[in-house]
Amino acid sequence: MKDKKIIKIYLYTRYERFWHWLQAFMIICLVVTGLEIHGTYKLFGFQTAVNIHNFVGLSWLILFAFFVFWLFTTGEWKQYIPTTKKLFSVILYYSWGIFQGRPHPIQKSKGAKHNPLQRLAYLGISAMLLPAQMVTGLLYYLYNYMPGILPLSVLAVIHTLIALFILNFLVIHLYMTTTGHSLFSHISGMITGWEEIYETTEIADWETKATRKN
Amino acid sequence: MTPRYFLRSCLAVITVTAFFCSFQAAFASTPENGEEALGRKLAKQAVKGSKRWSTIDHTKAEALNKDFTSGEEITGACLSCHSEAATQFHKTIHWTWLASGDKSDIRYGKAGYSVNNFCISGNAMEDKGCLKCHVSWNKKGVKGKINCLKCHNSSGLNFIEAFGDIKAFSEDNDPETNEMVKDIQQEIKQAITEVTFPTRKNCGECHFKGGGGDGVKHGDLDTSLTKPNRMLDVHMGIDGKNFSCTRCHTTVEHNIAGRIYTNPAVETRKSLIEDDLAPKITCVSCHSNEPHKNDSKMNDHTDVVSCQACHIPKYARVNPTKMWWDWTKAGKMKDGKPYVEKGPFGKPVYKSIKGEFRWEKNVIPEYFWSNGSQTSTTADDIIDPAQIVKVSHPVGDKTDPEARIFPFKIHRGKQPYDKIHKKLLAPMLSGKRGFWTTFDMNDAIEYGNKTLGIPYSGEFDYVETTYAFPITHMVAPKENALNCTECHIRENSRLASITGLYLPGRNKSNLIDTIGWLSVLGALAGVFFHGIGRFFTRNGKEN
Repeated sequence: MKDKKIIKIYLYTRYERFWHWLQAFMIICLVVTGLEIHGTYKLFGFQTAVNIHNFVGLSWLILFAFFVFWLFTTGEWKQYIPTTKKLFSVILYYSWGIFQGRPHPIQKSKGAKHNPLQRLAYLGISAMLLPAQMVTGLLYYLYNYMPGILPLSVLAVIHTLIALFILNFLVIHLYMTTTGHSLFSHISGMITGWEEIYETTEIADWETKATRKN
Repeated sequence: MTPRYFLRSCLAVITVTAFFCSFQAAFASTPENGEEALGRKLAKQAVKGSKRWSTIDHTKAEALNKDFTSGEEITGACLSCHSEAATQFHKTIHWTWLASGDKSDIRYGKAGYSVNNFCISGNAMEDKGCLKCHVSWNKKGVKGKINCLKCHNSSGLNFIEAFGDIKAFSEDNDPETNEMVKDIQQEIKQAITEVTFPTRKNCGECHFKGGGGDGVKHGDLDTSLTKPNRMLDVHMGIDGKNFSCTRCHTTVEHNIAGRIYTNPAVETRKSLIEDDLAPKITCVSCHSNEPHKNDSKMNDHTDVVSCQACHIPKYARVNPTKMWWDWTKAGKMKDGKPYVEKGPFGKPVYKSIKGEFRWEKNVIPEYFWSNGSQTSTTADDIIDPAQIVKVSHPVGDKTDPEARIFPFKIHRGKQPYDKIHKKLLAPMLSGKRGFWTTFDMNDAIEYGNKTLGIPYSGEFDYVETTYAFPITHMVAPKENALNCTECHIRENSRLASITGLYLPGRNKSNLIDTIGWLSVLGALAGVFFHGIGRFFTRNGKEN
C-alpha cells in the first residue's frame, strides 16, 4: 500500500456537516443536563438543567424532522441500508488487522460513505436509539397532557437506559475517529467535508477537488 | 479559508442563532420579557377593589345609644336590627363546637367526643377553661347568649371586665364611684360602635392561641400574623396585600369557609372563573389550576403537589410552636408546689399542670398525601396502644384525584388512655375537680369522661399520639419558594416518605443504571485497550 497516494474527496456536504455537529452538540448537551436531572451530579442546578434539557430536546426533535426530510429527498437514506457483505472483514480489521498495519478492507466513496459496520451502527443509532429517545423524551415532557400511556417510572427508566447507550456510542464513536490515516483525519474530514482516501479508489472527474473549485 | 467561505460560515452561525432565539421566545418566556404568570394575573383580578362599604354608621344607631349593664344586653341591641344573625350563628360550628350540623351527632367537635394531644378534650363544654374561646358571654357556652363583639368589635376593650367593674362600683352610692361608672359606661358606649368585619386580631384571639397559648397548636397560625410582613405571609403582610382572615375565609350565613375536623374546606378545588360564588378558601380559587407562567414545568406539578408544599418552605418562622407534649411528666412538685420551667425561646419546657413540652422554630413540614379530609380518633374510638395512635391524620393517596402532597405539622405527645376499654381518655383540667387543681389524674379522668358519657374502667396508662395540622398559612413570597432540589435529590429529599411515584433526581432503577453504566464503562475499557494495542503495535507500521 505504500505506493498508493493519499488524495482527498469531497464526501460530506455542507448540510451534512452542519447537521452532524449540531446534533453532536445537542446530544452532548442533553446527556450532560439529563444526567444532572437524573441526580448523577450537580452542575447547572436542577431547574436550569431541566430548562436547557427541555429546550434542546424540543429543538432536536424539530431539527431531526429536517434531517429526515433531507435524508429521503436526497436519497441519502440508502447509505444506511445494512449489509453483511464484508461486515466480517471490517470486524476482523478493527480487531486484528489494524494492529498489523493492514489496509482497511473498505474504501469510502460518494456512494458508500459508511463501511458495513458503520451502516449497522448508524442504522441502529439513527433509526432506533435516537427516535426512541425522542419519543420517550417527548412523552416525558408531555406527561401531564397524556396520562395513562406509560407510568413515568417506566418512561424515565427507558429514557435513562437509552441515554447511557447513546453515551456508550459516543465513547466508541469518538475513539473510532482516531483510526484514520492520522489521528485527526476523520475529524477534519467531518469539518471540511474532504475525506482522505487512497488514490486507487475510482473517483469521477466531477468529484475531485479541482473540478469542484470551479 | 477564503473570504467567501468565511462569510458563508458567518451567515450559517447567524441563522442558527436566530433559530434558537426565536425558539426561546416561543417556548421559554423568561421573567425578563415582562409576561405575568396567569395565577398572579387572576389573583390580582379577584381581589381588585377590595374596599368594603356599608349602609350603616353604628355611631348613629339608635339601639346602641344607651347605657348597657351587661353583655347580653348589647347582644339584644345587635339583634334588634340584625334579626337573623343569632338564628344563623347558632347553626355554625363556632357556636355548637360540633362538626356536624346535626346536634344529635356529637362525635366530632370540641363539644363532642373529639380529642387532641394538647389539653385533650373540651369535656362537652364542661371544662370552663376552654370556654374562654367560645363566642358566648361569660363562659356560658351554648346555654348563654352570643357575644357578637368577640368577632365584630375592633375597640379592644375588655367588655367582661368593664361590666364587672360597673357591677362592683354601682353597689356603693359614693358619688365619686358613680362618676367612674358613668365613665366606664361612656367608654362601653363608644367602644360598641366600633363594629367591624372580623379583623386578624378578632380571629387571632382564639385561633392564634389555640391549645392554651401563642403558637401552641398550628405552627402556621400565631400572633406573628397579627401584623406580619410579606416575608412571613405574602397575602397578609401589612407591607404587601394586607389581607384579613376573611379575605379568604369567606362567609355564607355566618358559616366561615375552612376545614373542620374530618371535613375538607372544599370538596373540589374550583377557581372563581369556574364558579364565581365559590369560597376563596383554596389557592386555586384565585390563582387557578395553572398559576405559573405558560411554559413553566411548575404547572405540571399542580395535579400532584399542593401549592403549600413549595410555597411554605417552613412554618413557625417568627414565633415558635409546640412540637411535643408529654402528659406522663405532669404533676411533679417543687417544695410541694406546682412550678414552671422555661427553656429555649423563653417558652415553658415544663409545667406541673401540663407536663413536658418541646418547642421549635423554622420547622420543615412533614409531607403526606391529603385530599383535605382528616381521620379523627375520638374518645369513643378503639385504639391500638401498642402503636403510636394517630389522633388526627390526613386522608388520601396518589390514586385519589383530589389528593395532593401537602405539608403538615405533626404534634407528638403522650396522653392517657383506658387500659381496659382501649380508648383515649378525656381528663377534666380546670375547675374544682380538674387536674390543674387536684393533680389527681385518675379522678380528673373519671370526672372528665363522665361529662362525655363515656365509661372509664378506672385503669389508665399513657400512649404516644400524633396530631396533624395542615400547613396552609405563612405563604412566603415566590422568591422564597422551595428549590427543585429540596425534593428532586437522591439523599434527604423532603419527599423521601412519599413513595410509589417516580421523582426525577430522587428515583432511579438500580438495575437499569447498572446495565447502562456498565455498557459505558465497557466502551471506555474497550477503546482504552484498543488504543493501547494500537500504540504499542504502532498501528503495525514499521519504524
